[in-house]
Amino acid sequence: MFSPSHFTAVVLFGVFASTVFGITQRETPQRMFRYGLYCFSLFVGSAIVLSWVMYLIAR
Amino acid sequence: MAEAENKRAAAPKSVQSGFVFLPLIAGWLIPGAGHFLLRKWGRGALLAISIVCMFAIGLAMQGKLYANAHDILEILGLLGDLGSGLLYLVGRAMGLGTDSVQLTVADWGTRFIVVAGLLNIISAVDAHNIRTGRKS
Repeated sequence: MFSPSHFTAVVLFGVFASTVFGITQRETPQRMFRYGLYCFSLFVGSAIVLSWVMYLIAR
Repeated sequence: MAEAENKRAAAPKSVQSGFVFLPLIAGWLIPGAGHFLLRKWGRGALLAISIVCMFAIGLAMQGKLYANAHDILEILGLLGDLGSGLLYLVGRAMGLGTDSVQLTVADWGTRFIVVAGLLNIISAVDAHNIRTGRKS
C-alpha cells in the first residue's frame, strides 16, 4: 500500500491536476506552462495556508 | 458567435473530416486518446500520464471504486469514477477498489480516483473543442 504524507499527497494532486488544467485551459505551450505553474502554486499554497489556519484554530 | 464560426472555418480540413464526436468518445474511454487522434502527441501523452498516474496512485492508496448508487454522494462519486472510462471498467472487472475505506489515506485515494475521472472528462471535452476548431 502506498501511504504518502499529507503534504506529499497534496503535491501529487497539484502536479497532476495542474498539468491537465494548464493543457486544457490555455492555447499556446508557453501559456499552458505558466498557467499550470500558477495552478500548482495555488493548490500547494492554499493547502499550506489552510493548514496553518487550522493549526492556530485548534490551539 | 461569428468569431467561433470563423475559427471553425479556419480549421484544417483533415481535422474537420470524419465523425465529429470520435475524439470526445476516444478521450473519455482512454485518457489522452482524443488528443492522439488529433495528432497532439505531446499534450495527449502528458494528459494520459497525469490521469493514469492519478487513478493508479488512488488505487495504490486503497481508494474505493464506487459501485452502487444508494445515496446522492455515492451517485456523484460513481459519476466521477465513470469519467475515467475504461480505467474504471477494467478496475471493476479486476475487483480493485472494493475494500471499505478504513484509513485516512484510503479516503484520499478515493478522492484521487474521482478527480482522475473528472480531469479525464475535461481533457476529452478539450479534444472535442480542438476537433471542432474552437481551440487550436
